[in-house]
Amino acid sequence: MLLIHCPYCNQTLPEAEFTYAGEAHIARPSDPSSVSDEEWRDFLFIRTNVKGPHYERWRHFHGCGRYFNAVRDTVSDRFLITYKTDDPRPELSKLLEKSK
Amino acid sequence: MSSFRVSGRGRVDHTQPIQFTFDGKKIKGFKGDTVASALLANGIHLMGRSFKYHRPRGAVTAGSEEPNALVGTRRGPGRFEPNTRATVQEIWDGLQVNSQNRYPSLSFDIGAINDKAYMLFSAGFYYKTFMWPKSFWDKVYEPFIRAAAGLGVSPTEPDPDHYASRYLHTDVLIIGAGPAGLAAAVSAARAGSRVTLVDENPEAGGSLLSEPSAMIEDMPAWDWVAKTVAELKELGVKVMTRTTAIGYYHQNMVGLCEKLTDHLASPDGETPRERMWRVRAKQVVLAQGALEKPLVFDGNDRPGVMLAGSAQTYLNRYGVRVGNKAVIVTSHDSAWYAAFDLADAGTTIAAIIDTRAEPNGDLVAEATKRGIRIMAGHTVTGTEGRLRIKSVRVNPITGSSVGAAEVIVCDCLLMSGGWTPSLHLFSHTKGTLKWDEERQTFLPDHKAEECEIAGAGRGLWGIEAVLNDGAEMGAAAAKSLGKTTKAASYGVANDRPGTGVSHKELPTDLDAGKARAFVDYQNDVTAKDLRLAVREGMRSIEHVKRYTTNGMATDQGKMSNINGLNIASDALGVPQPKVGLTTFRPPYTPTTFGAFCGYHKGSHFEVTRKTPIDSWAEENGAAYEPVSLWRRAWYFPKDGEDMHAAVSRECRATRASVGIFDASTLGKIEVVGPDAVEFMNRMYTNPWTKLAPGRARYGLLLGDDGFIRDDGVIGRLADDRFHVTTTTGGAARVLNMMEDYLQTEWPDLDVWLTSTTEQWATIALNGPNARKVLEPFVEGLDMSDEAFPHMSVAECRVGGFPARLFRISFTGEVGFEVNVPAHAGRALWEMLFEAGKKYDICPYGTETMHVLRAEKGYIIVGQDTDGTVTPHDAGLGWAIGKMKPDFVGKRGLARPDLVAEGRKQLIGLLTKDGKTKLEEGAQIVLDPNQPKPMKMVGHVTSSYHSDAAGRPIAMALLEDGFNRMGETIYIPMPDRVIKATVTGTVFFDPEGARLKL
Ligand SMILES: [Zn+2]
Repeated sequence: MLLIHCPYCNQTLPEAEFTYAGEAHIARPSDPSSVSDEEWRDFLFIRTNVKGPHYERWRHFHGCGRYFNAVRDTVSDRFLITYKTDDPRPELSKLLEKSK
Repeated sequence: MSSFRVSGRGRVDHTQPIQFTFDGKKIKGFKGDTVASALLANGIHLMGRSFKYHRPRGAVTAGSEEPNALVGTRRGPGRFEPNTRATVQEIWDGLQVNSQNRYPSLSFDIGAINDKAYMLFSAGFYYKTFMWPKSFWDKVYEPFIRAAAGLGVSPTEPDPDHYASRYLHTDVLIIGAGPAGLAAAVSAARAGSRVTLVDENPEAGGSLLSEPSAMIEDMPAWDWVAKTVAELKELGVKVMTRTTAIGYYHQNMVGLCEKLTDHLASPDGETPRERMWRVRAKQVVLAQGALEKPLVFDGNDRPGVMLAGSAQTYLNRYGVRVGNKAVIVTSHDSAWYAAFDLADAGTTIAAIIDTRAEPNGDLVAEATKRGIRIMAGHTVTGTEGRLRIKSVRVNPITGSSVGAAEVIVCDCLLMSGGWTPSLHLFSHTKGTLKWDEERQTFLPDHKAEECEIAGAGRGLWGIEAVLNDGAEMGAAAAKSLGKTTKAASYGVANDRPGTGVSHKELPTDLDAGKARAFVDYQNDVTAKDLRLAVREGMRSIEHVKRYTTNGMATDQGKMSNINGLNIASDALGVPQPKVGLTTFRPPYTPTTFGAFCGYHKGSHFEVTRKTPIDSWAEENGAAYEPVSLWRRAWYFPKDGEDMHAAVSRECRATRASVGIFDASTLGKIEVVGPDAVEFMNRMYTNPWTKLAPGRARYGLLLGDDGFIRDDGVIGRLADDRFHVTTTTGGAARVLNMMEDYLQTEWPDLDVWLTSTTEQWATIALNGPNARKVLEPFVEGLDMSDEAFPHMSVAECRVGGFPARLFRISFTGEVGFEVNVPAHAGRALWEMLFEAGKKYDICPYGTETMHVLRAEKGYIIVGQDTDGTVTPHDAGLGWAIGKMKPDFVGKRGLARPDLVAEGRKQLIGLLTKDGKTKLEEGAQIVLDPNQPKPMKMVGHVTSSYHSDAAGRPIAMALLEDGFNRMGETIYIPMPDRVIKATVTGTVFFDPEGARLKL
């Protein structure tokens, strides 16, 4: 069982309190009616499915209830960082530097 | 006692005799014996038959890595366990032990015919033998495989034992209480860390228990162990014995299985049989030691052939000589010491065969002093003896040639192919390994977790080296936690350091293709099988493993991995590190399902949610059905009624007068805030702006893909407050989805979402007399049709309780849903039921609710929809607010596939004969005479007998269904084809006249 840091509670807690919520930084277009079928398809279905650091969302379901973002390495299953929804997308090179 | 027991020797209690049975025969042992040590004390080596060839087998080890001596143990009704390792199971008075894989008896077994036919069972035999003819599969091959497969026999009765589960947080978890683990614990505990020390054995000490002559800090080894354990307990160390670390997971979580009662003759009934610990440790020290490797030669599996170190353990720890006349065959110094200990205890050592041309001079001198014949530079090429080894065939090796054989008579052959560090737990963490050329084994390299590896587990040998390494690693763990400490330094006298070499199969002068030289005892895999796999094209060690099943048995290749690797590497002509090692997976040793289940069995398997009215339903004989985690009243059978009769009666009574239904499981979400109406406009398809407070509307929720996710009636209580209902199973999902959009897409909206499902008890009254029953209880509300029409909601008092009253209908009758605080649910239900008696009020369950709604064509999301159904497909296009600029799913609905012709649409079906009820899920075709596979154009989603329609009714999703009204379609069933006509989905009161008061 992983330990996950909730950036809102500022506590590191067991995975059982959290639920996974898919890839992060996929914003719903602000005016959906103006986007093409292809753009809408990409928004709905197309994901990066990376092998390695993955930007993804989690929800502290059995805690504060907040959605937050994370970068987790899908090979090692390790979190590089978790951050609040409105924080900027962290740069991968800096994260990898830090985790060394 | 037998002549194999050495009086006064070992850690067993010679004053406490114990009697148990083996295949019905009474066997005597001492307290502290394992099944294996007690049998060996009685001269019994034959303990089982092998899995594939049914070859006679005896214990080859003295520990949990045992591949051969698997037995069934019985402790009374329901307490039968197959595949217990005889080398681990402690004996107690009355224990019943049975051998496995034999019929009719262990000494005469019919299945041993497989051994004669072994050529048929070579590597990959599953893949080759059972390929053809195809018709043989069902009748010949599968029954054969099923009969032959599996070790032992599964228990048939429910397990009467209970199991427990605990969490533990500790600074330093030390796995293995041998010399390295004990020294590590001392270091870490003296530094002030909270330490947990675990060992799978009944007592701490590890290899020291087999080395009583060693002197540590001028103290006999066993005294040092006792002193150290006492000190650790004094320092507050949690010492856990009979506790196996089964798996090592992320962020230093280690699973421990603690066995609590299997060693007791009469458990108290309170203590759980086993306890699963989930330990979160800041630091882990792996001190698991090393496992001895067998040597690979023809006949290395005969009862009486055993690892030398295990023979030493049986002697020193259990006081048992494993034979009267032993031959040693070894490539490592350690086996020489086993020979010396046995010789000193009275066993004749017929010879020490060392594969090395020049063994250590000190050892040779010691052997010579004892008059032991030394055969250096020799190989073993065979053994004889049916149920027990009688002799061993020995040949000299000169350069690359094998000389003439000599046969040496013996009653046991003690082998050592060197030692393999236990890398299992380390490998669970995905820590990397590196090949150590000198030791010819893999050692831990890059660590993936906060851990240290100490002692023989990282290739060290000798008690002093291991103790000091343990002390260093324990100190290192403490230092990582910010403690300042210095590792203790230990001096050991009478130490037994040593070295060795590693082999593939031993060289032979005989036909290697006929040798029964076992690598994996438990799966009966020979060296020949591995070479055959390589010849047949397997290149990756993972393929060789699967093709031969080497290392795939319950012992997880503990003994076979490196031998298998050496042979595969030789056959491939590729060095070992290039071949690599197969993956170790948890659990380290076989673990009971009970330990994993813990408390989660029977009624505790999962939560059962009950409504506030559930107890009334139970008292009134309800039949129940599970709906998500809820148990819901399904129907209320009266005397002698079956389900069909009860549901028919409930349906008739509701439509004729009034029915009462517990709708408390409906999901409820309170949507509140200045932006509540905007939020509702964006979430649901419907327009909400113009819905006045006091009014309710059917709400439809889509995903952004345009497909139906959920539905429910939503009441507006105030400008800024909605009472949203969801399907019973969808409540949590809907709230999660709402939170997702609110938090991440529309954080600008000022809205609060609160689950109120369990705050409200919901009672539905339906039928022409529903208002008459309800009205007398309602205060503060004009219930006339004009003041409180269909699709209204009001806050008022009902039966004296604060209530939210809806006038809505899921039956097509006049209907009310009363929400009162959960605690008042049963009281109000009883008031209404009592008052309803003069109208023959009828309690009904979910089945009647389903029939009544189907008669009206109301859908159930998840039954009539399946995640690919749009509002238009379901005939709910009217629920879409077309003027809204956006809502979840609006853009999705415009996707090309969703506006295409020929989509599956929800229609009604009436069977032609007017009697046949269709089966839900049945497939629909347009032409029943087309060749198979037929083109399926839809399926039946709901199907019921309808009293109101006077016939069976059904709904179905059908390709282009709306354009097929009146057409005949076909439902092929196994025994016949059913004809049905496509209709609309409203089967009763299409004008909705009955909704009016
Ligand atoms: Zn939180």
